[in-house]
Amino acid sequence: MSVLTYGYAVWSPIVWLVVLVVLGLIVLYVRSRGQKRYKKGTAQTDVFISGVQVPPAEQRHVPAHNIYWGFFEALQGFYDTMMRPHTGIINDYILWLVAIVTLTVVVLVMTG
Amino acid sequence: MEFLTVHSPALVVAVPLLAAFITPLISRIGNKFRDTVNVTFLSFAAFLMAVLAVDIYTSGTRIYTFGATVPELAIPEHYMVPVRIIFQVDGISIFMGLTTTVVALAALVYSLQFVKDETGQDRFYSLFMILYVGMVGLEFTGDMFNMFVFLEILSIAGAGLASYRVNLADAVEGGFKYIVISAISALLVLFAIGILYGEYNLLSIAALAHNMQFTTLDMIALALLGIAFVMKLAGVPLHMWAPDTYAVAPAGITPMIYTSSAASMYALYRITFTLYGGHFDTTAIGWIVIILGVLSMFIGVMMAIHQTDIKRLMAYHAISQSGYMLLGVGVGLAVLTDPVALAAYGRDAMNGGIFHIINNALYKGMLFLTAEAIFFRIGTRDLNRMGGLGHNMKWTTIFFIIGALAISGIPPFNGFASKLLIYESVFRFNPLLSVIAMFVSLVTLASFTKVFYSAFTGPEMSAYKEVREVPKSMLIGMGVMAAAIIFFSIFPGLVVNTIVAPATNALIDQASYINGVMGAVP
Repeated sequence: MSVLTYGYAVWSPIVWLVVLVVLGLIVLYVRSRGQKRYKKGTAQTDVFISGVQVPPAEQRHVPAHNIYWGFFEALQGFYDTMMRPHTGIINDYILWLVAIVTLTVVVLVMTG
Repeated sequence: MEFLTVHSPALVVAVPLLAAFITPLISRIGNKFRDTVNVTFLSFAAFLMAVLAVDIYTSGTRIYTFGATVPELAIPEHYMVPVRIIFQVDGISIFMGLTTTVVALAALVYSLQFVKDETGQDRFYSLFMILYVGMVGLEFTGDMFNMFVFLEILSIAGAGLASYRVNLADAVEGGFKYIVISAISALLVLFAIGILYGEYNLLSIAALAHNMQFTTLDMIALALLGIAFVMKLAGVPLHMWAPDTYAVAPAGITPMIYTSSAASMYALYRITFTLYGGHFDTTAIGWIVIILGVLSMFIGVMMAIHQTDIKRLMAYHAISQSGYMLLGVGVGLAVLTDPVALAAYGRDAMNGGIFHIINNALYKGMLFLTAEAIFFRIGTRDLNRMGGLGHNMKWTTIFFIIGALAISGIPPFNGFASKLLIYESVFRFNPLLSVIAMFVSLVTLASFTKVFYSAFTGPEMSAYKEVREVPKSMLIGMGVMAAAIIFFSIFPGLVVNTIVAPATNALIDQASYINGVMGAVP
């Protein structure tokens, strides 16, 4: 019931979960062997950025439009092209429909 | 029980339809009473759906002829062709019916609290039930004209519900766009039906398939039907309406409209496999479906990661995920006439594509609900203005994590199981397609990491210090879907063998569908 068998492979989520639990236990064990003498709430656990004044926690949250900034900068040309047809105008959407219907009819009739 | 089993195909549509019509009346008694009646009626419809499913999985396709002395009697005495309204429920129809019902139940329970303080609740619930009826009818109908009728029913109800919050200008705009594209799609469908009826004097899908000549007119009808349903399922490049509509529809309705797009995908499969299957070069049409799928996957996900409106982001992901379904089933269609390739990987590709429909309806539906839960509490969909919501909305955060991991195809979630089937089988058809599908999954993960980081992590924001978790009924709605996701994740073998494989077989076995109705014809 749990195992998904198909032509050339097998997928068993139960095996995966067992492996995950074993790995989790190993991680917990390693962690438990770590340093326990640090003091919470002191400078030992404060954020340190090369001595620069750290802004309050609320201001440290990166807003969504800055996430993957480099990715979007690198693909600026692609996104400019993609944004152009997304006008938000229903007339344009229908024009796309007319164009695609025409194209499909031509392809179907030609390939028959 | 015997009566229920025999008449379940009709009752599963009639019961919610009755609820839709009595809702405005019972609203006068009280809102709680109305809510209870609606949940009871839909639960009863779900029970009927389950009864019908058990019957189909044990006894095969069910034919229900309205007005016949015996419901199984598709062709009246002294007639050569079916003339009555017929529901023909096979493996793929019941698969879609089950998917629709699970989503509808979760969405209805979720909506109870969400619309509690809104005006026009009686209309909301009436339209909700009518939308459900439209979807199930479309999935069960055995004739082309009623396919059009149910398409219209779900479109009109969907547009009304999308623009339910008339105080929001973008909701009215989203509803308007939805009804325009739906009306034009329905016109294309009607025009195609007119062509087929003019040619063959038939409306029954089985009878049309039996007599199909694949003339030039049939090709034009196929193009009209195919593109109309691609528009409705929001396949690229006809997807642009979807983010505008999904983003503004109320909670509970977005998953329903999204599932109605899956119903349109079912209609596309029914047309290509059953109505036209075996009459055209399936490789060429298969490749058209594959290209649509790849475009939808890639452009959908690339547009999604760029968004900062949480619901628009999820709407683009919905488009992207539809691409997987088109890709899987498209590969099956492309090798339909090659028995060796079909057995080697085509059937698995179709299993993957169809399994992905129900998986996606569950986790995408739940993700839409989590997005609306956030909107419900903080009043914005802008990810730039969110942060630290995980501190106060712990259950919503957990549900979001489950949905995000599932949609990103992270093992052991159900999204991984269906994507694995697609990756491996499609790889044997064309490795490049599989690589693109895996890349899309990677970008999906990146995109949902962005949402998780922006909305739920980080320090508690002063503006949201007073934010509380959403009410119980909304949590139950999300919980139902989360439970289904976990079940599907742990038992993929059971799901594929019990409900997915019969759906694939039903699509491949065109002769069985035709014989179900036309078997009596000499």
